[in-house]
Amino acid sequence: MPIAKSFRAIGHRSVNAVWRIGLATRFFLLTLRYSGNGFRRFHLIIKELFSTGVMSLIIIVVAGLFVGMVLGLQGYETLKRYGSESALGVMVALGLVRELGPVVAALLFASRAGSAMTAEIGLMKATEQISAMEMMAVNPIARIVAPRFWAGVISMPLLAALFSAVGVFGGYFVGVVQIGVDEGSFWSQMQAAVDFREDILNGVIKSFVFGTAVTVIALFEGYDAPPTAEGVSGATTRTVVTSSLAILMLDFVLTAMMFGGK
Amino acid sequence: MSAQNLVEIRDLNFSYDRRPVLEGINMNFPRGKLVAIMGLSGCGKTTLLRHIGGSLKPTRGYVKVDGQVLHELDQEGLYAMRRKMGMLFQFGALFTDMSVYDNVAFQMREHTDLPEELIHDLVLMKLHAVGLRGTHNLMPSELSGGMARRVALARTVALDPMLIMYDEPFAGLDPISLTVVGDLIRRLNDALGATSVVVTHDVQESLKIVDYVYFMAHGVIVAEGTPDQIRASDRDFVRQFVHGEMDGPVPFHYPGGDYRQDLNLRA
Repeated sequence: MPIAKSFRAIGHRSVNAVWRIGLATRFFLLTLRYSGNGFRRFHLIIKELFSTGVMSLIIIVVAGLFVGMVLGLQGYETLKRYGSESALGVMVALGLVRELGPVVAALLFASRAGSAMTAEIGLMKATEQISAMEMMAVNPIARIVAPRFWAGVISMPLLAALFSAVGVFGGYFVGVVQIGVDEGSFWSQMQAAVDFREDILNGVIKSFVFGTAVTVIALFEGYDAPPTAEGVSGATTRTVVTSSLAILMLDFVLTAMMFGGK
Repeated sequence: MSAQNLVEIRDLNFSYDRRPVLEGINMNFPRGKLVAIMGLSGCGKTTLLRHIGGSLKPTRGYVKVDGQVLHELDQEGLYAMRRKMGMLFQFGALFTDMSVYDNVAFQMREHTDLPEELIHDLVLMKLHAVGLRGTHNLMPSELSGGMARRVALARTVALDPMLIMYDEPFAGLDPISLTVVGDLIRRLNDALGATSVVVTHDVQESLKIVDYVYFMAHGVIVAEGTPDQIRASDRDFVRQFVHGEMDGPVPFHYPGGDYRQDLNLRA
């Protein structure tokens, strides 16, 4: 009965997916519950901020620069048709702070820091380091997971802000320095049109949500990984795929809530 | 519970996915003694050790440590109990992102308010006891397998536990490291006045150091006694295991179909 078999397989996959969402939610709530320990010993969070945030700086800065430069080029080509080249600064800045900054920075963060978190925790589990910690009466969620979670949540908005700032300079370099758009109108129109609450704050909220989602997915996948080489490799792949899709889906939902239908 | 036993196991049953792993286990671990649990790979001895550490809950029966039934404790109670226990994992399970020094200092920093100067002295003393004081600046990746096991041993006894558990402490060690680790297990047990449980299938090394042995097969205890009684045992399983004989109650061949049929040969 191939039809019954495929129905059974779909059912099994669906139940499994719901089951994992439940486990991940429980894991997230436990992480929040045991976060106090991390804040009492802030040096644990600082150490993780270095490996997740500081070590992601180069990829974020380089990517931000190039994305800003491409925006400058494409924006100029489009705006020129309507004789609005002077609005290039507005276009670059809004494109970055509202969308590209939070989204692309989060995608890069997921592949750079998220995958590293999953692999590290998965290997700690495979080499019994997490069991050893439990046997020493130290809660691994409080000691290993919570500091990494808060490091991800804190560093993501900062990395997105840096991505946008560097991107604006990339757009400036291409638009003003290379093509010759008027410098005064580039900056003044940007300053006049970009609203702090509407644009910048909404961008920060987006990156905060993305940071939370990516970090929870990365940590959960690592913690839940089968303790084998194959298991850790599969979990790392799932982190990148799931968090990338989650970022894009959440981006649509947040954009609809913040800017849709106005 | 008899006061002379630190750990008592009564009618312990445990099933995993309805498959029985442990059945009707009864054991005593007297205070100050070193007891070995031996058996083939997959006979349930590591599962049993995880019950003594409180990581697993029995399907029936109980494990009592220092007068308390482990599966009745809440997380706080279990963690309080574990502070009095130490466990050496099969390959050491050292924290790879910390130096040897930080590994040994880990529990002292987590569970005590000792000043850093005192922790420094204690860590060096623990490392000295396992002969590795000179390695305190190294990372675990810079240690050999035997050295990593000894550092893990120093970390296990960092807070002077009353119960020390060893999961396959001799696996994969060269002959010198084997003797060193065996000797350390005995000496640390006696020096700390602790009680030790060694799960192993290394017969010769463990019979040299332990006070009592339980033999397990397929989730049940099949023999027990002092090392001398075990060496002199005429029970088939014990004799095959102790002398490493190829055939006996544990067959050489895994059960399978007809050999000729598998090779597509006609009768």
